[in-house]
Amino acid sequence: MASKYSNITVHGYRRENGRVGVRNHVLILPVDDISNAACEAVANNVKGTMAIPHAYGRLQFGEDLDVHFRTIIGTGANANVAAVVVIGIEPGWTKKIADGIRLTGKPVAEFSIEQKGDFETIRAASWAAKDFVHHATEMQREECSINELWVSTKCGESDTTTGLGSCPTVGNMFDKLLPEGITGFFGETSEITGAEHICKQRAATPEVGERWYKMWKAYQDDVIFAHQTNDLSDSQPTRGNIEGGLTTIEEKALGNLEKIGRTSSYIDILEPAEAPGKGNGLYFMDSSSAAAECVTLMAAGGAVIHTFPTGQGNVVGNPIVPVIKITANPRTVRTMAEHVDVDVSGILRREQTIEEAGDALIEMIRRTSNGRNTAAEALGHREFSMTKLYRSA
Amino acid sequence: MPDTKPIPNEIPQLLVHEQADNVGVVVVEGLTAGTDMLCCVTHDNTTFRLTAKDDVPIGHKIALKDLKSGDTAMKYGEDIGKIIADIGQGEHVHTHNCKTKRW
Repeated sequence: MASKYSNITVHGYRRENGRVGVRNHVLILPVDDISNAACEAVANNVKGTMAIPHAYGRLQFGEDLDVHFRTIIGTGANANVAAVVVIGIEPGWTKKIADGIRLTGKPVAEFSIEQKGDFETIRAASWAAKDFVHHATEMQREECSINELWVSTKCGESDTTTGLGSCPTVGNMFDKLLPEGITGFFGETSEITGAEHICKQRAATPEVGERWYKMWKAYQDDVIFAHQTNDLSDSQPTRGNIEGGLTTIEEKALGNLEKIGRTSSYIDILEPAEAPGKGNGLYFMDSSSAAAECVTLMAAGGAVIHTFPTGQGNVVGNPIVPVIKITANPRTVRTMAEHVDVDVSGILRREQTIEEAGDALIEMIRRTSNGRNTAAEALGHREFSMTKLYRSA
Repeated sequence: MPDTKPIPNEIPQLLVHEQADNVGVVVVEGLTAGTDMLCCVTHDNTTFRLTAKDDVPIGHKIALKDLKSGDTAMKYGEDIGKIIADIGQGEHVHTHNCKTKRW
């Protein structure tokens, strides 16, 4: 059914696989930690490229290695990325990652350092990176429907105002745009604790709800109860949450879940960094609640825009995905204005309705998609944090 | 659900999610004890007045009625934890007198 949201268009980059991106990055992507230096040297040689250094990628195994590969491949495959230079210490895993990104059809070049050294690798990779910059800078934005966007959400430095204002704003956006056909992501497995009975009911079918509950319970048993040293009171809620007035994990979780609105339901569960496979709709991604880790995983899953409600003022960004900050806390608007993209503090004064705030967020998604840099982009926040499931070998 | 702007000339000091709740959230900075607060239930925009008994920071909660140790704190119409010390109506509710039931 047509609504006033049906005809919203954005100007994005149509990729080889049909997906729509809103940024046009040329990435210099390390497979592993010890290739960071070569990647950063290439990015320094060739302007208009971006290296994404990170901390891991050696001697990982099993499910932990799977998450690593999915994260790196998914980052390169993201529609906000035009082309990728992949550099790793040895050719095997480097090829695996390059081939994974190549499935999108975008230009990918791979280089490995062993038997050559950093100098020779940087020289060869710089030539490829320069070609990719020429290629990317000739790409044109074209008109796309807003329903082609993949939009993720995760909140941070939550307080009681996130549950009253900024999270319901994101929920209102999802309630309006999911019926139009966007693909959405939410997650933060640990932060659902306290509202798991409600989250389970928000699945599109009882079968999906059961699978969600098993995933959440496994996290509770295998991670929380297996590793806890106290009652978690220092971690959930965090000190920042408590300063902001949140008292219990239940209260925090109920506010968090406001991000999926009143009518939206999730159609499937994703592994960390997994891409949606069941068409458009809302997905729950099993993910950490740490801001940079969660946004990194959702970007690797394919999100091109992230909506980030904050109360006390989380400053996180991401290298490839614009992170739109929304706050309802008037103190945060006053003290941290440079980090705020959408001020919905009028909700607390009862000057702005949730309905109006949702429309304001949709308008900011449209403008951000068209090229407006977010506060986090303007301030250079490019946090890229790998999720690590257990110790390396 | 009503989602209108009921009080054009007065900004509420306390917001309450649901009628079933027994705590509300301070939404202004610098609230002091003795303030006659305008309180608004966001679910249906009904309003009432309540006197704050403590200085309570923005974002922190206030008891809407007398709460006894062992009672359940209600917010969003849901159980958010247990009251662990008696709290008078209008007083500050936080980690010193309210705790999760999870751990």
